[in-house]
Amino acid sequence: MYKFLLCWRYLRTRWIALASIVSVTLGVATLIVVNSVMDGFTEEMHNRIHGILSDLVVESHSSSGISDSKWFEDRIRETLGDRLEGLTTVVAVPAMLNFSFNGSNHTQQINLIGIDQQSYASVSDFSQYLMHPENQKRIDFLLKDDGYAPDRTTFPESGWNYRRDMARLRKEIDRETQRNKELRRQIKSAEVGSLSLSDSMDKTTIGGLTASTEATTPATSNPEPPALAANSDSTSTSSPETPQENPTTELASLSDFLSKETTALEPPQSASTTTEMMMAGPSLKMSANDPSARAHYFDSETDTHTGIVIGISIGSMRYRDPHGDVKDLFFVRPGDDVSIALPGAGSPPRAIDESFTVVDFYESKMSEYDSTFAFVPLERLQKIRGMIDPTTGKKSVTSIQMKLKRGVNLAEARDDLRAVFPPDQTMVHVQSWRDTQGPLLAAVQLETTILNILLFMIIAVAGFGILATFFMIVVEKTRDIGVLKSLGAPGSGIASIFLTYGLLLGIVGSGAGVMLGLLFVWNINSIAALIEKITGREVFDPTVYYFSEIPTIIHPTMVVWVIIGSVLIAVMASVLPSIRAARMHPVQALRYE
Amino acid sequence: MNISTLNTSTSNTLKLNATIDRTDEPLEFDGPTRLRVVAYPTNEPVTGRTMLQAQGLHKTYKKNRVSVPVLKGVDFAAQQGKITAIIGQSGSGKSTLLHLLATLDRPDQGEVHFDGHRIDHLSRRSRDHFRNQRLGMIFQFYHLLPELSTLENVLAPIMIGRSALSYLMNRRSIHNHAKELIDRVGLGHRLHHKPSELSGGEMQRTAIARALVTNPDILLADEPTGNLDQETGAGILDILKELNREQGLTIVMVTHDESIAKKCDAVVRLSKGRVESVA
Repeated sequence: MYKFLLCWRYLRTRWIALASIVSVTLGVATLIVVNSVMDGFTEEMHNRIHGILSDLVVESHSSSGISDSKWFEDRIRETLGDRLEGLTTVVAVPAMLNFSFNGSNHTQQINLIGIDQQSYASVSDFSQYLMHPENQKRIDFLLKDDGYAPDRTTFPESGWNYRRDMARLRKEIDRETQRNKELRRQIKSAEVGSLSLSDSMDKTTIGGLTASTEATTPATSNPEPPALAANSDSTSTSSPETPQENPTTELASLSDFLSKETTALEPPQSASTTTEMMMAGPSLKMSANDPSARAHYFDSETDTHTGIVIGISIGSMRYRDPHGDVKDLFFVRPGDDVSIALPGAGSPPRAIDESFTVVDFYESKMSEYDSTFAFVPLERLQKIRGMIDPTTGKKSVTSIQMKLKRGVNLAEARDDLRAVFPPDQTMVHVQSWRDTQGPLLAAVQLETTILNILLFMIIAVAGFGILATFFMIVVEKTRDIGVLKSLGAPGSGIASIFLTYGLLLGIVGSGAGVMLGLLFVWNINSIAALIEKITGREVFDPTVYYFSEIPTIIHPTMVVWVIIGSVLIAVMASVLPSIRAARMHPVQALRYE
Repeated sequence: MNISTLNTSTSNTLKLNATIDRTDEPLEFDGPTRLRVVAYPTNEPVTGRTMLQAQGLHKTYKKNRVSVPVLKGVDFAAQQGKITAIIGQSGSGKSTLLHLLATLDRPDQGEVHFDGHRIDHLSRRSRDHFRNQRLGMIFQFYHLLPELSTLENVLAPIMIGRSALSYLMNRRSIHNHAKELIDRVGLGHRLHHKPSELSGGEMQRTAIARALVTNPDILLADEPTGNLDQETGAGILDILKELNREQGLTIVMVTHDESIAKKCDAVVRLSKGRVESVA
């Protein structure tokens, strides 16, 4: 009884003990905060990876893929039975994506994935990462009028409306450029006075367009493509002069006209940025190369290529402007065209060029995926790559993705499939999503472990603090220990005073630490905001992380382990001082002054 | 004491050990009266019987490799119901003798007997128990626990002697007993004061109450008035004499004050580690 009483009194009256408590508290709080955040990150990452990747994937490494996917599908259904929830076939090929931005051409290496719109949703959370609300419900690879990312204020104008505006603007620019050129030439010819107009017209390439044969007839001399004529009424504000002006005007009026031209070019530019104009440029050029566009003239104002969904990091860049504000720069946006070079399925593989129209962005917030993934409709990709057998009509795929029912053992299902598809015979590889992301997940796990070890060392340091404090208290209490011994208290009793003291310190310290830690974790985002406000530096740099909030998860077992660990350290630290106290000689202790 | 008594005392020691083991169980407590010690040789307490006895005590302390012989063969006896004073100058070994008698330390040579039983060679645990149950001690510097109130200080020996459960179950009667003792030393109004709030005399009275709370057979006092002024010291002495007179409490008191020694029943004079005279 005296042990508890004394130990309680020591706890209440020794301020030095408070220092030990504080060190334990801080250690425990740090451990809890760090673990919660790490767990939150891990969980978030798991969820994302798992959301993107299907549970299991059977993939072929040959470029022509699995020719008889039906046979595989049947075997899979047979093997997994009711464990299977969804199954889809996919064609995934490495490819290069090209787009033009600000007048220069950009190439990016991507992972082009052909997906089946209907069944792909059954294996992956793909659509929830898209920008457009309708696409989030169901992806149809068609360009929407507008309304992309309604919850983001900084998302640029995109969609059909944007595409139409851009097309008109581009046409106008083309027209103006052409006219400008023509006028220059007229000036030149007026100066030289020997060249005939029709000769020079023949040699001209008109703007970005590959010269259309009709346009070169000098008699009519109408530089406008026929498609623009229909819409010219809506866009005529920038070009009040009719293009049918007599080419043989006097020089005076020409120079007058030129100055007007340059001013007239300004309004459409201010309506939209120069960069946007440049982006729109190349698609028109590409359309001319598109074999399908040969039949009828491809007009980006009314037509689109096959839809493509690209990872948001392919088409944009996140940066910090001089004021420190985070901004997104979009190179490409829904409504723009991109060209993709990909290997065909034949042998030897030939590079295939194909244009696509971006219909949406894909943002999983996993930078690896956001910067490499691009999705197109499965059948279109199969057709482009020549994966459809012309005689049988069988379509090849490169991988089959599966989603399992909840609670099904992933590794077991994978091993079952591996048994059915021996890699040396079928040439396919069966993997679970954990296998695919194994190194990343293992790295995060290792990081967490090391961090935990380091933080426990902090508590160990606190433990040494307790050790030193306790030695001090034992020395300070030498006479009291002598008195207790003279009153008949056994050494074990004296020792247990200090052991209990250590235990109490550990409990109080870690209890306070848990409270502090939990409070911190619960309010971590407002704390981060506060720190941001005070220091002016962003705690969570959005150019680095895609999280707007710090994800946290508190595992009760983790909290319990932290408490057990820190209490144990506190008790262990009090062992030596208590042994010393127990061994004290009563006579010497009583004489101690 | 001759050889034969020494032999019997060995067998008695075994008995004493057994007693001590048994008293680990909750001691029965009969209110304010004495703790009933079970299975102890039931010699009727007779005044004049030797309560505490020491023979040929030698003790040498080592200080920085220099051996300092403190006691060089000291014989001592304290009669039951008497106040025995140990007097001597500083360094004469009187405090060391008291510590040996209280089993706080072990003699290098010689034996200490309590009520006919040898106690100096007992195990540490048994000696702890003996001190707690049979012995009361007061010191020159009071040695109260500064974190505890008067009442708690007085209760400390009982708390040490009993398990927490037994203490809590008999809390009321134990507290009443302690309060009675505190009343008796005249500190009834200071129950919940800390030692730092008490005067020297009050602290020594608390120490006396603490020494008596387990109803010991003998009280050992190490210069109980040494740190007090004349008047207060006299007050403390009066209390001790009263206890001796009314309860027949055996007291062994170390002092260097001749005037105090004169008031005692017996005086053992120590000088340079030897007994100079016994009166």
